[in-house]
Amino acid sequence: MNNLMQQLINGLALGSIYALIALGYTMVYGIIGMINFAYGEIYMFGAYSGLVLALSNYVNVYVALLGATLITMVLGVVIERIAYKPLRRSSRLSALISAIGVSIFLSSLMVRLKGPNTRGFPKLFENKIFQIGSFQITIYQIVIIGVAGLLMLGLHLFINYSKTGRAMRACSQDQDAAKLMGVNVDRVVSITFAIGSGLAGAAGVLAGIYFNAVQPYMGLMAGLKAFAAAVLGGIGSVPGAMIGGLMIGMAEILGVTVNLSQYKDAFAFTILILVLLFKPSGIMGRKVNKKV
Amino acid sequence: MKKLLSNWITQALLFLIVLGLTAYVSQVINDVLPPYVLTIGLFIGINLIMALGLNLITGVTGQLSIGHAAFMSIGAYASAIATVNYHIPFLLGVLIGGLVAGFVGIIIGFPTLRLTGDYLAIATLGFAEIVRVVFTNLKITNGAIGFLGIEGSTTFPIVMTIAVLTVCAMVWLENSRNGRAMLAIREDEVASSAVGINTTLYKIQAFAIGSVCAGVGGALFAHTTTFIQPTDFGFLKSVDILSIVVLGGLGSIPGTIIGAIVLTAAPEVLRPLANYRMMVYGILLIVIMIFRPYGLMGGVNLRQAVRRALMWPRKKQAGRGE
Repeated sequence: MNNLMQQLINGLALGSIYALIALGYTMVYGIIGMINFAYGEIYMFGAYSGLVLALSNYVNVYVALLGATLITMVLGVVIERIAYKPLRRSSRLSALISAIGVSIFLSSLMVRLKGPNTRGFPKLFENKIFQIGSFQITIYQIVIIGVAGLLMLGLHLFINYSKTGRAMRACSQDQDAAKLMGVNVDRVVSITFAIGSGLAGAAGVLAGIYFNAVQPYMGLMAGLKAFAAAVLGGIGSVPGAMIGGLMIGMAEILGVTVNLSQYKDAFAFTILILVLLFKPSGIMGRKVNKKV
Repeated sequence: MKKLLSNWITQALLFLIVLGLTAYVSQVINDVLPPYVLTIGLFIGINLIMALGLNLITGVTGQLSIGHAAFMSIGAYASAIATVNYHIPFLLGVLIGGLVAGFVGIIIGFPTLRLTGDYLAIATLGFAEIVRVVFTNLKITNGAIGFLGIEGSTTFPIVMTIAVLTVCAMVWLENSRNGRAMLAIREDEVASSAVGINTTLYKIQAFAIGSVCAGVGGALFAHTTTFIQPTDFGFLKSVDILSIVVLGGLGSIPGTIIGAIVLTAAPEVLRPLANYRMMVYGILLIVIMIFRPYGLMGGVNLRQAVRRALMWPRKKQAGRGE
């Protein structure tokens, strides 16, 4: 039982990272209906930006986090403008291939810039272990869960209570109608990309601190799992992405607990397929009836 | 002439002549060209076989699958186990690889093909990852270390002959009743089921045939590289095959052929760029998609284009200004 509680905390930390990336997928899908496969690479870019900032000695963890978030926000908007905007009216598949092109470009660019090897993350603060009752929690986990929780809360407030958030919700319901009501759709899409990429960048820094490893191809698996999380929660739904991310993280850790760690990577996808078969729209997704 | 071509005996004869000619010509080419070029040609052929299978699933039937590498790996491992552990002849091993992949395709197809669009895509992606992890942990596949000691029996003529065979089969299939049903499903699934097309049956048919192609390609791949490991068949391999199909033009067989040639040769042609190679490859994908969103041959009806090119001077003489 204690062990289970302990693993749940580990799962929560891992799941928070997945949830942050999944939010980007789900927001973009909700608004322009495309799968931005390059999010995994944006996450990787965030991790490297955090690494570079952290190595410069002058900054503490929060500055590194903020800096990486800003850099990836700009990156996300630039990618959207160059690679996705010209394709917004064409088929979904061409946008998907373009996104794959972006992701190949970004990861090979990073190999060029920083080399293909795995790099450690400098200690931004001392790790402490707190003993609460019979289980323990590290300060890293507290920071990760705390930062992720704050970001998600902020996002929730932003989407539901700000004017831009209302515009975003309007665009996701009906882009043409939103345009008629005077919403600047291009701007909303850019903001969506900026927010999603910023969250992925922050997740990258958190993952760098947590796993103490950063490498150019780390984005692929993380991105795929986060995408699975977004679909699991119901793609297009923001709370769904959070729930999906946490579930995938928990499932992975529980799989390790029951001694199936070599099948770790398969867990996320097995759960995903099972959920899709029984509830194809995901946990929180709305069911869309097809009209003829 | 038209009547003659629709006769099945003529068709069969024509098919055999084409096949024999391919075998002969590729044998001659095999003796002339340097090994480096031949190897590229070999991989173009293998990629073409697999891409034609995916083209049937995604291009013709409209079911987005991004887990094609899974069926490739199943074919590769099945044939490798057959030829190495059970000493089965190479070509029979390739057949076994294709059949096992097709069988798995049918089993996977039943539950997953109820999903549509992006959901199907992510389900196939998940399936591919599961297959990869399972192969990493199985004893018979030698896990992550990789399967060693496969005989390098694949030759250029064999690959080319199978590739031409696949092209012929696909052309024939597309013009058959089944092919038309598949096209109808792509255009509108609800409408086609309303006119009495058994959509599930045809979707699974397309999926199974596509998987057989992937399995054959995988078997040929295994017997070319003589060494396979689960990481050969990751997500990026599926993406490679999908980009061939999308870049060439969804549903277009000539497009798939061009896509296979361009995308297999591109990393080799770009080799002088050394470390910038993959960056340029990524940019190439983006640029082609921006300027030709429907693929290189998308929306081009080859038969019509050829006819128009031949008719062009005559039309001008007739003075039909348009």
